Amino acid sequence: MHAHLAVMPPLAAQYLWIIPALPLAGFLFNGLFGRRLPKAAIDAVATGAVLLSFAWVVKTLVATQPLGVPYHESYFDWIRVGAFHAGFDFSLDRLTAVMLLVVTGVGALIHIYSVGYMAHEGGYYRFFAFLNLFMFFMLTLVLAANFLLMFVGWEGVGLCSYLLIGFWFTKKSATNAANKAFIVNRIGDFGFSLAIFLTVVTFKSLDFGQVFQAISRWPVDNGTGTLTIIGLLLLLGAAGKSAQIPLYVWLPDAMEGPTPVSALIHAATMVTAGVYMIARAWPLYMHAPIAMHWVAAIGCGTAIFAATIGMVQTDIKRVFAYSTVSQLGYMFIGVGTGAFGAGIFHLVTHAFFKALLFLGSGSVIHALGGEQDMRKMGGLRSKTPVTFWTMLAAAAAISALPFTSGFYSKDEILAGAYQKSPVLYWIAIVTAAMTAFYVFRAVFLVFFGSYRGEAHPHESPPVMTLPLIALGLLSLGGGAFQVSKWLEPMFPRLELPRNPALMAISITAACLGVAIAWVMYVWRPSLADAAADRLGFLYKAAYNKFFVDEIYDATVVRPVVGGSRALLWRWVDQDIVDGAVNGVGRRARGVGSLLRLAQSGNIRSYAAWVLLGSVCVLIALGLSGGLR
Amino acid sequence: MQQTVPLAWYLILGAVLFVLGVAGFLFRRNIITMFMSIELMLNAVNLSFVAFSYHLRRIDGQVLAFFVMVVAAAEAAVGLAIILTVFKNRATLQVDDVSSMKD
Repeated sequence: MHAHLAVMPPLAAQYLWIIPALPLAGFLFNGLFGRRLPKAAIDAVATGAVLLSFAWVVKTLVATQPLGVPYHESYFDWIRVGAFHAGFDFSLDRLTAVMLLVVTGVGALIHIYSVGYMAHEGGYYRFFAFLNLFMFFMLTLVLAANFLLMFVGWEGVGLCSYLLIGFWFTKKSATNAANKAFIVNRIGDFGFSLAIFLTVVTFKSLDFGQVFQAISRWPVDNGTGTLTIIGLLLLLGAAGKSAQIPLYVWLPDAMEGPTPVSALIHAATMVTAGVYMIARAWPLYMHAPIAMHWVAAIGCGTAIFAATIGMVQTDIKRVFAYSTVSQLGYMFIGVGTGAFGAGIFHLVTHAFFKALLFLGSGSVIHALGGEQDMRKMGGLRSKTPVTFWTMLAAAAAISALPFTSGFYSKDEILAGAYQKSPVLYWIAIVTAAMTAFYVFRAVFLVFFGSYRGEAHPHESPPVMTLPLIALGLLSLGGGAFQVSKWLEPMFPRLELPRNPALMAISITAACLGVAIAWVMYVWRPSLADAAADRLGFLYKAAYNKFFVDEIYDATVVRPVVGGSRALLWRWVDQDIVDGAVNGVGRRARGVGSLLRLAQSGNIRSYAAWVLLGSVCVLIALGLSGGLR
Repeated sequence: MQQTVPLAWYLILGAVLFVLGVAGFLFRRNIITMFMSIELMLNAVNLSFVAFSYHLRRIDGQVLAFFVMVVAAAEAAVGLAIILTVFKNRATLQVDDVSSMKD
C-alpha cells in the first residue's frame, strides 16, 4: 500500500481458493455421508482436508516469497449495484500469511488431537463436519479482500461456534451457552454491520485496498468524525468476537463445548478475529486516535478484570477461558497502542500456548473420566507425564518466563504500552504477574500434591499426546518466528523502547506470580484458604465473576424479556396481530350467518325472490319512464 | 278493412298465462307441475313475441319465438331426465323432500 509500489514480476496464479475449499469439501463429505462411514474414513477426510490445506498454504507462501506486495485474486463479481461493487476476492499479504499458517497449522494439530479425544462420543461425524466448516469460514475470513466477504467468514465462524458449543445439545447448559454466545455476538455483529454501511456510504467501496488508500488522503480525525465512528463500531464488532468488555461474558460459558473446540475456536483462532480485524484496519485506526485509545483502554480493562476472575476459578477450563479473555485484552493493548506487529505476534504465540493449555486440560479431563474441578485433581505429574511436561511448557510461555515464546511477544506489547502511557504499562505488568499466578496455580493444583479424586488417571493415547508435544515445542520455541519483524513493512513504523529495565520488571513480575502460586499451592497449601478467608468479600466477588452475569441479567435480559412479553407478545402480537386476523375471520363469519338466512334451500322461496326482484326492476323502469 | 283482434288482447292473454305459470311454480309442490308451469311461462312469452311480430310486421319476434322453443325443448329433455333420476333415487316428486344440498 505504501512502500510496496516497487515493480515486481507478476506472480503465476496461486489458486488461493483451494485453501478454504478443501475443508469445505471435507465438511460436505462428512456431513452428507459421515453417518454411514467408519470412524477411520471420517478421520482421514477431516484431518486430511485440513492437512492438505496447510500444505497448500505452505506451497503458496513458498511460491509468493517475499510477499512484499499483496497478492490478489478475483473470482467473480458478487454484488454490483450502481457504482458500488463487491467482488468475491481473496488477497494474500504478510498479515494474511501469518493468520493462514496459524489457522491451518494449529487447526490441523487440533483435528488430530480430536480423533483421540472424541473417539467415544456420539455424533462423531457431526463434530468433524462442523470443525471442517469452521476451518472453511475462518480461512475465508482471513483471506477476504473486502469487508463484506470478511463479514461472511465472520458470521460463519459465529455459526460454527454456536453449533459446536451446543454440540452436546441434550445438555441444557450447553444449549444455553450456545445461545448466549450467539446472541452476545449479535450485538458485536450489529456494530460491525453498521461500520460496513458507514464505510459504503463514505467511501463507496468495501475493498480493503481502495478504502485504506482513500483514508490515507483524509485528515486525521481528532474529534468524533466519520472515521472515529467507523473505528468505534468496528471495535464493538471486535469486542463481541474477541470477548472484550462489555461483551466477554459468552466466552467462559462457551467452555460447555468439547475441549478441542475450546482450543481451536475459543482460544487459538476465532476469538482472535477481532484482533486481526483491527490490525487489518490499521490505516483507519491511525487516522482515528480516539477510537484507537478506546481499543487500548478496553483491552487493558479486560486484561486485568478477566485475570482477577481467573485467579479464583476452580473449573480448569474456566480458568483458561478467563485467561483467554485476559490475553485477548493483551492483544488489544498491542494493536491499540500502535504496536500492531506485537499484537499479531502475541496472537500467534497465544494460539500455541493457549491451544496447548486447553488440549492439555482436555487430556487431564480425559484421564480423569470427565472431572473438571481442580479441587478433585492433584498429583497427576507421574501419572500423565507427557501432559504434565507439555502443560508446564505452555504455562511457562503464557507467564512470559524468559526465552519462551510468550516472553518475546508479551515483551513487545509491554514496550508498546510503555511508549503510549506508563499507566497502561503498569496495569499490564500487574496483569502479567496475575497471569503467571493463575496459570501456575492451575498447574500446581492439577499436577502437584496428592491425588484428591476417585478416578483412575491414565495417560492419553499418542494421537492426543503428539499434538501436545508439537504445540509444546512451538510454545517454547515460537519466539524464534519473529512475526513482528516480518510484519514490519506492513504497519507504520513504531520505535519501541529497548530498555533492559522494562524487561527486568516483566521478568520479575512473572517470577513473582509463579513464586506466590508455589508458596500458596505447593509449599503451604493452607495459605490459599487463609488468603481466601482474609479477603472474604473480594474473593467471593471474584469467585462469582463479580456478578456480571447477574447484573446483565437484571439490567438487560430481564427488561428485554419482560418488555417483549408484556409489550410485544401480549399487546402487539396477541392484541394487534392476532386481533386483526381473528377479527377478520369473526366478521366474515358474522356476515355469512346473516346471508345464510337468505339461502333456505327452498326452491319456491328462491323463485319468490326472483319474482320480487323482477317486479322491483319493472317498477323502477316504470318510474324512470320506461326503456326509451 | 278486415277487423282484427287488437294487440292488447294478446298481451293481456300472455300476461294472464304468465301469471298463472308463476303462481303454479310458486304454489305447487309437485316437480312435474312446476315444470309444466315453467313451460306455460315460456309459451306466454312466445305468444307476446308472435303478437308483436304480427303487429309490427317484422320477423324478429317469430325468430325469437323459435329460439325460445328450441331452448324449451332442450330444457324439457334435461329437466325430465333429472326428474326421472330424482324419482328413481328418492321415490318422491315433492320438491320440499329434495333439499339435501341445503345441509
